[in-house]
Amino acid sequence: MAVVETRDLTKVFKEGELGAVNNVNLETREGEFLVFLGPSGSGKTTLLRMIAGLEQPTAGEILIGGRVVNDLSPRERRIAMVFQSYALYPHLSVYNNIAFPLKAQNVKKELRKGKVEWAASLLGISSLLQRKPRELSGGERQRVALARAIVREPSVFLLDEPLSNLDAKLRLSAREELERFHRRIGTTTIYVTHDQVEAMAMGDRIVVLNQGHVRQIGTPTEVYDNPADTFVATFLGSPPMNLIENGDVIVGFRPEHFRLAQAVGDAQKVAFNFRVENVEYLGAEYILSGSLADGRLEGKKVIARLLLGHSIEAGTTYPFAVPEHHLKFFDRATEKRLEPRVDARALLWQ
Amino acid sequence: MAVSRAKDKSVGAAQSPMLGAAMFAPAAFYILLLIGAPFVLAIFYAFSDARIGNTELHFAGLENFRSILQSPSFHKAVQNSIIFTVVAQILVLVCSNILSIALEKPFRGRGLVRFLILLPWVAPVSLGTIGWKWILDSIYSVITWVLVWLRIVNPYDTPMWLGEPKLAMASVILVHCWRLIPFSTVILLAGRSAMPKEIPEAAAIDGAGFWRTLFQINLPMMTPILSVAVLFGTIFTFTDMTVVYILTNGGPYDSTQTLPMLAFTQGIQASDLAAGAAISVFLVPVLVLIAYLMLRVAHRAEVS
Repeated sequence: MAVVETRDLTKVFKEGELGAVNNVNLETREGEFLVFLGPSGSGKTTLLRMIAGLEQPTAGEILIGGRVVNDLSPRERRIAMVFQSYALYPHLSVYNNIAFPLKAQNVKKELRKGKVEWAASLLGISSLLQRKPRELSGGERQRVALARAIVREPSVFLLDEPLSNLDAKLRLSAREELERFHRRIGTTTIYVTHDQVEAMAMGDRIVVLNQGHVRQIGTPTEVYDNPADTFVATFLGSPPMNLIENGDVIVGFRPEHFRLAQAVGDAQKVAFNFRVENVEYLGAEYILSGSLADGRLEGKKVIARLLLGHSIEAGTTYPFAVPEHHLKFFDRATEKRLEPRVDARALLWQ
Repeated sequence: MAVSRAKDKSVGAAQSPMLGAAMFAPAAFYILLLIGAPFVLAIFYAFSDARIGNTELHFAGLENFRSILQSPSFHKAVQNSIIFTVVAQILVLVCSNILSIALEKPFRGRGLVRFLILLPWVAPVSLGTIGWKWILDSIYSVITWVLVWLRIVNPYDTPMWLGEPKLAMASVILVHCWRLIPFSTVILLAGRSAMPKEIPEAAAIDGAGFWRTLFQINLPMMTPILSVAVLFGTIFTFTDMTVVYILTNGGPYDSTQTLPMLAFTQGIQASDLAAGAAISVFLVPVLVLIAYLMLRVAHRAEVS
């Protein structure tokens, strides 16, 4: 097991163009499940490929287990990677796919057999060993790819969107399986995804990336509750955080904290009049979209997420409120989060 | 309504049997006239005593086959054809593999290099081979000139590239390789670029070096396309007589005599049409067998 660290890691594909990855500094913890989260084109896969050794950084350093590995080939870095497409060798049986990394390391034949069987049983694919990859389902292929990755007991696992090729139903069970798998083997894992639900559910910590820059590193609770900037605030959460420009600050609150005033209770709160324009019924909840109807904030678009049990009609204005401690403030110029303002109410109603 | 009418129209064109046949006819006619007719004629002649300038024709049974099987020239030609084909194919495969690996990754001037490598294939065979005839000439050979200049070869005892049996065979094989390598390279390049890029990357992560990746991953995955290249290469080589005809005319002492060359010499130059036809017909079962085996390998590789 080992810790992965990057120092000012930068990748520029074409000179003069914007970098795909810019000055990324991060450090995994021992045995951690770290998720790189970002929209497509955010540089998360490039970052992972540089750690794997498939891409040469333009500048900066990569350290694995305290050693600079910039000039080491992938094989010397002792990492394992699962690709988005799984990249199984189509002409080899499942057994030979899993045995391939061992053969490449010149592990003796007698030892090989035991290790392949161990990896296969760990992932529950012992009965598939004689099959060819094309005879497997998506979920089985993923397990073969994982077995091939763990068989030589790597120090770090790199997973590049391994669930994105599975259908929605399978994705949930595969996700749980991956989590259980990580708990059992406890190897430091870096996981790339563009799916915030996966990131929130699986990550010990999340690295949020956008346009090659790290926007925030933190636990799922930290990035959700205290987003570092407006990008993180709107990228995580569905529907995203409501952002209302007001003077030189942007005020943000999550749709689930925007509730009917009577439901908020006696806590310190900021009240709004909410003109509901559309009601979406989603089974367990309503998504209400509309706009504010108070003086200066007249017409600002907001979304509320409401549990069932209220009768709300489109076209009507209701008194809504947000508990004060759920209000977030961002600097309008830098879009970075500001410390909580004591004068929240005054600020909104000035 | 408009949608269904449009649909009817497009289907109608394909359904008209006359139109389909009419469009197919020129191709069928062309193949029958230029390949089918001479082929049937060759089989017919092979069982006759046809000679150039002789208007009479008699059925000769297997007489032609019996006589060519006894001829030392024929034995030599079969042996040479096999050596010529096998050695040339091995060289072509090795070289075109190296070239396709070298040309796969982009570099400055790759387009120009690809163009230059394709030239031997694009240029007319006879033209290129005549060039080689000069390069390998006994007096004016540039190769000899360079070797003398490098003091590797004694200027008073220079190699006769096309005049000594072993050297002549080597020269014929090399010139033929020069001609076939571009074709094979293009096929292998296509095969390489069709391979998902993650597969060699996964092999690199799994710790495989260059040779292991090449022999255990890339080449096995390219088996279908490799066998197509070998199939075409084998047929081109086995049936080719241009290079031999221009460079050595089968000599010296039949040392570069191949089956197509022998068929031409016997049938046309020696006026014994029946013997020439019998020799050409002799090639058919061999080629059919090779084609069958190759297609089976390709099919099996695709399925598994």
